[in-house]
Amino acid sequence: MTYLADVVALARKDLLLELRSRDTLPAMLLFVVSTLVVFHFALPSDAGDTAATGLLWVALLFTALLGLVRAFVAEREERVLDGLVLAPCDRSAIWLGKGIGVFAFLLAAELVAVPAYALFFQPVGWELVAAVLLADVGLAAVGTLLAAMASAGRARELLLPLLFLPLVIPIVVGGVGASVTDDPGRYLAFLGLYDAVFAILSWASFEYVVTE
Amino acid sequence: MIVARDLGRDFGSKRVLRGLDFDVARGGFLVVTGPNGSGKSTLLSLCAGLLVPTRGELLVEAERGEIGYVAHESLVYRELTALENLDLYGRLYRVPERRERIGMLLERFGLWEARRQRVGSFSRGMAQRLALCRALLHEPELLLLDEPYSGLDRDASELVDGVLTEAAGNKTVVVATHDPQRVRSFATEALALA
Repeated sequence: MTYLADVVALARKDLLLELRSRDTLPAMLLFVVSTLVVFHFALPSDAGDTAATGLLWVALLFTALLGLVRAFVAEREERVLDGLVLAPCDRSAIWLGKGIGVFAFLLAAELVAVPAYALFFQPVGWELVAAVLLADVGLAAVGTLLAAMASAGRARELLLPLLFLPLVIPIVVGGVGASVTDDPGRYLAFLGLYDAVFAILSWASFEYVVTE
Repeated sequence: MIVARDLGRDFGSKRVLRGLDFDVARGGFLVVTGPNGSGKSTLLSLCAGLLVPTRGELLVEAERGEIGYVAHESLVYRELTALENLDLYGRLYRVPERRERIGMLLERFGLWEARRQRVGSFSRGMAQRLALCRALLHEPELLLLDEPYSGLDRDASELVDGVLTEAAGNKTVVVATHDPQRVRSFATEALALA
């Protein structure tokens, strides 16, 4: 129960910080909508639905990256992460609290992005919504770990995409697959498996990322 | 409580600390002095467990939740209020009767009136007072204070004197300072870094 209370306190803090500063979510919303608008005009009219689905996933991935670059900014200022690391709570609670915050921001961005996609390109089916939700879990889990890792370095804006994009290629494969095939179950299961494996790995390894 | 033998720390090719040997008994008070860049802050980070030594050994007999650490930075969120920051730390540090303890510290350090202000709007001195509240919140066994008088006016400096008077003999204290005269009366050990 104490662990959960720590996670809730940390996640609540992230939501409060965003509510106050409005640093991350407005940027993510603006980026994803403007990207979809650009794609709408860039995609040839005979390109087909499959290409549009791929572009949605590209937009979602880079929107997630935009949010993750800013995920540990508040902790980097005034070295707050050191204060959290010194607390007697399980350090993985810091990862989980931050991950929940990242997941919430992704969800909020997609609440705008998916209807915008439906408006600009094609109607959205349940399988795409399910794929996006499952993808969010993996993006938040892996992204939070890597954002913490990158935040310690000076070239963090360069380092994070270099670490993040190769690791989330399976999410793109699973997401696009689930969105375009007649048998999305296989791809959704793949996304679920990715989430489980990488969430456990990130949870277990966070302690080593935030300490020397 | 703290034992260092041939302690050294490098950052890349730069050797910041080398060959340090010192002991601080439980309840002891170590004053660390030295010019800028001599490694005072690095030594405190090593004692806090935030850095690991490059060479030698450092034994600190204190768990994570038993350390109170004041760094150059305040270690608090600028977008949260003083009260919200202390409440978060109080939860994470499992402080019993959290609200009462926070209220008492804010009163003592003259921040009660500013408790609902965002830390980003605080002056340097107010932020330092809040950092002291944060470090003392969980009544730590080991106090690591890096320039605790930095940015403080005379009244606030006297508050720190009061904290150190209470801590001397009861808690283990390591203070890094440019002004060793101010804490000389508390010191049981001294370490001058070159």
